[in-house]
Amino acid sequence: MSAFKDTGHLVRLAMAFVVGTLLFFVARGFLVPKSFGQYGHYRGAALGEIAAQPISYGGHEVCETCHSDILDVKKAGRHAHVACESCHGPQAKHTEDPGSVVPAKLDTAVLCVRCHEANHSKPMDFPQVHSAEHSSGLKCDTCHQPHTPRIEAKGKK
Amino acid sequence: MNVSRRKLLVLLPAAAVAWEHVLAGTPENSPNYKETEHWWGMLLDITKCIGCGSCVRACQLENHVPDGYFRTWVERYVVRDWGFEHISVDSPEGGKNGFPAVTGEMGKSFFVPKMCNQCADSPCTQVCPVGATFVSPDGVVLVDKKYCLGCRYCIQACPYGCRFLNPDTNTAEKCSLCYHRITKGLTTACCESCPTGARQLADLKNPADPVHEFLKTHSVQVLKPHLATGAKAFYNGLDGSVR
Repeated sequence: MSAFKDTGHLVRLAMAFVVGTLLFFVARGFLVPKSFGQYGHYRGAALGEIAAQPISYGGHEVCETCHSDILDVKKAGRHAHVACESCHGPQAKHTEDPGSVVPAKLDTAVLCVRCHEANHSKPMDFPQVHSAEHSSGLKCDTCHQPHTPRIEAKGKK
Repeated sequence: MNVSRRKLLVLLPAAAVAWEHVLAGTPENSPNYKETEHWWGMLLDITKCIGCGSCVRACQLENHVPDGYFRTWVERYVVRDWGFEHISVDSPEGGKNGFPAVTGEMGKSFFVPKMCNQCADSPCTQVCPVGATFVSPDGVVLVDKKYCLGCRYCIQACPYGCRFLNPDTNTAEKCSLCYHRITKGLTTACCESCPTGARQLADLKNPADPVHEFLKTHSVQVLKPHLATGAKAFYNGLDGSVR
């Protein structure tokens, strides 16, 4: 039994180790977020937090609930596949409060050339013009209606 | 600060409740959305991209991306003759305001919209030391702003250069595939604003999504396939010169 003589210091060391380990797990349980590990090695609640970010673009489906008249015109033309907010910009605020948030009137001289100014890098089948030669400074909506850009459609709105 | 023992004992439970709230996080915002039913990707059609920069502007407005930083951007490639080794690529302001016409000898030229490839086996999430960036159960690579240390490992790890350090928050930032929109049944801001349909959000787990038909019938490629990142940004009409 002489081997277990004077083991007091070992017991004290073991106790300190046990207490330290316990403290570690208590602190860990307190500090690690509850949802950590819910789906993987990350905070599961982050998904909900990222999803809670407010939207700026309302989506064209919302526009269609009120502006079906314009939609009918647009559907018949070559801009059928262009979503409203592609030109009109983000309008989620307008969809929430159509009365007080009114979208700005657009300037076709700036707007149309964004897509239709001739550029060698654009796909060949995409309709392009050299705006300076094409209209000699006239605004595009002098002749073209942006919702149905074909010229013969003018007058139908 | 002078706090009496009595005051401290009163304050402690309140602090505990507040900390509980921080740990629990914000509750799920879209109750009808099930992560396990989706697997998101994106279809980018180079043959349709006109380099108008609508996607770049929309992304900036939707996600409050600081000026000079991009979650998505458009590159213009110019390949003269057959020289794949002598390409020139430019992206003024990330293509936000379109591209000035190139003068002189042109050769082949086209636009390539770039964004996070939403890799299924993403190198960026693997290097994060704290679990602040991850692939969500629906296949979107996201950043947990509250957990990010700003160590920039992920920015170095992304082979596509899709990440940056937000100078305002000092946390890593990247395309979230508009996670706040797609979980509400909307498409991403870039897809919503693309006038030619060059970008299309794709749900690879939804059999009704037209992306499946498109992938079956077209020669589609991902960027840097040799890296086996499991990229889910599928490019149609991708030229061999694109890096």
